[in-house]
Amino acid sequence: MRFLPDPEQRAFTGSLDALLTAADTARVVREWSRGEHASGRALWSRIAEAGVFALAVPEAYEGFGPRPVELALAFVELGRHAVPGPLVETVMAAVLIDELGPAKRLLPALAAGRSMATVAHEGSYALDGDVADLRLSLSPGGLRLAPGGGPVRAGLDPARRLTRLRPGGELLAAGPPVPRALLWARLATAAQALGVGLALLERTVAYVGHRTQFGVPVGSFQAVKHRLADARIALEFARPLVLGAAVTMAPADVAAAKVSACEAAYATARTALQLHGAIGYTAEYDLSLWLTRARALRSAWGSPDVCRADVLDALI
Amino acid sequence: MDLTLSPADEAFRAEARGWLRARVPSAPLPSLETAEGFAAHRAWEAELAAAGWSVVDWPTRYGGRACGLLRWLLFEEEYYAAGAPGRVNQNGIALLAPTLLGHGTPEQRARVLPPMATGEVVWAQAWSEPEAGSDLASLRSRAVRTDGGWLLSGQKTWSSRAAFADRAFGLFRSDPAAEKPHQGLTYVMFGLRDPGVTVRPIGRLDGKPAFAELFLDEVFVPDEDVIGEPGRGWAIAMATAADERGLTLRSPGRFLATAERLHALWRARGCPASSAGRVADALIGARAYQLFTYAAASRFLAGERLGPESSLNKVFWSEYDIAVHETALDLLGEEGEPADGEWAQRYVFALAGPIYAGTNEIQRDIVAERLLGLPKGRR
Repeated sequence: MRFLPDPEQRAFTGSLDALLTAADTARVVREWSRGEHASGRALWSRIAEAGVFALAVPEAYEGFGPRPVELALAFVELGRHAVPGPLVETVMAAVLIDELGPAKRLLPALAAGRSMATVAHEGSYALDGDVADLRLSLSPGGLRLAPGGGPVRAGLDPARRLTRLRPGGELLAAGPPVPRALLWARLATAAQALGVGLALLERTVAYVGHRTQFGVPVGSFQAVKHRLADARIALEFARPLVLGAAVTMAPADVAAAKVSACEAAYATARTALQLHGAIGYTAEYDLSLWLTRARALRSAWGSPDVCRADVLDALI
Repeated sequence: MDLTLSPADEAFRAEARGWLRARVPSAPLPSLETAEGFAAHRAWEAELAAAGWSVVDWPTRYGGRACGLLRWLLFEEEYYAAGAPGRVNQNGIALLAPTLLGHGTPEQRARVLPPMATGEVVWAQAWSEPEAGSDLASLRSRAVRTDGGWLLSGQKTWSSRAAFADRAFGLFRSDPAAEKPHQGLTYVMFGLRDPGVTVRPIGRLDGKPAFAELFLDEVFVPDEDVIGEPGRGWAIAMATAADERGLTLRSPGRFLATAERLHALWRARGCPASSAGRVADALIGARAYQLFTYAAASRFLAGERLGPESSLNKVFWSEYDIAVHETALDLLGEEGEPADGEWAQRYVFALAGPIYAGTNEIQRDIVAERLLGLPKGRR
């Protein structure tokens, strides 16, 4: 028992953080929201070079995986920096096809960042279906390679661009490993949400430290402090659930991590908005990139209520 | 990152489980907050101690097994899973003992710890005063120098366990001229039946005398019952608070067992959908607290100091504990109302959690100022 990231894992997250800090992700997100994908594609390649997508791809297909712990640590960083794109869906796609015939054809490109994937249940929205190279459609009949997507609708998070996949396409498998892929999707979403919450907390703490009213920093008021303390507490107790879920990959642990991280990130978003006041309510101010992401991740791949039900089901 | 237990740790866990399964009383003991229940819990401490289970993480020479922090956590999980009685000497074991191990003399440890381990001497705490609650450093009870020791005078209140306990520990003002309120305080131990001590039990919310007021009138404390240097009591009390209290005051085992019991209750009631989310949250919270503690213990064992992180912990478990018991009482409906019901009794106990050991408002101030770095302001 040693429930701590080891030095190698810390070095990995540190270098990913440095890469993303230098990448001006706020600009990349805004361009991505406008459908200008070039900077996002370039960033995607560098994230892949750092080895992130390969963590979900087995060694047989040019990956380093499966390594859920490192993946979770990486997704915390992706969330902290608000990286756009179908990050979770690419991981999920890798897991969906890693035991199937087309794995050899499709996985090396995912691991290397040459292609990005989206995944959706038939009839529901696929994230970034317009830009994804691989569009996977899940239906009771199996897993299909969808022929394309419909018109794009912006999400509440404008960087999440939604399309419905067209029906039909090549049948990849009649019985893909959906429960296993969903575990990875939820783990990655939870980790990303945790990162979003940490970034919101950090930015808000900085803001209330220099914003003055009544002649003093608003962060010296107890009402403000206590909201931020509660955000910190919620995030600090979500973190071990996310990492513990990555260690065990037990369905109840993963569902618990999804509930806890998404609730903590969302509560932190509400606090961040309230404590910034009107400036936080503007699209122009960068806080909005994380605020809207927290809302979206909460619903993605299992809302808190769905995941709570899964926690109970797993124990019966 | 690794959550697997070594075979030796698993063997330790199995040994604890086997002993507890054989020895935990099948019917709950009478309430700890009655004379009869206090005596029964004291006898249980002696039984634990005789088998070496009362203070597993202490050094062996004082009655422990020197098993380390991780095995202490495993023991606690087994202890509460077995439905074993509450620990009547919790104040001594979790608060005074770490202070003595860190700041006491070898003579003090040898004299005080063994009878604490067996329950022969049960300890109460004497921190708060009528005018010094959250602002503990403003306390006014005095320790005045006399030949060979100190004379304590003043009033302490909300002294947990003092109605039936044997001895108490707390802070007293030994240097009224010190520049700052937290300077000039001395950490002492004294007998609750010593000459000059009057104990007036206070009924808590359900009327049971879970705490007491202490009136002290020139109570003599010999020098050997002063912990650390006179005048340095605040730093000593806070050092143990920061390092270990956050981990050892409430172990995850207690909440894992409570969440399990709530889950069982929910199922016995036919899994009502209206409570499903809250039951799930109870299970999730207990697992979060367990993993948080494993992470903190791993950092502690790797040589890191925990410091103000214990404030995160205290807010979390105290609010969690109330939420779980509220859910149980809601599930029970009118059956939950009788005051002697197990959930009702535990609910009353849980209600005090956000108040004692530093109110949750004080803990949030600590999180905001020391962990987040926000500026100090008026409280």
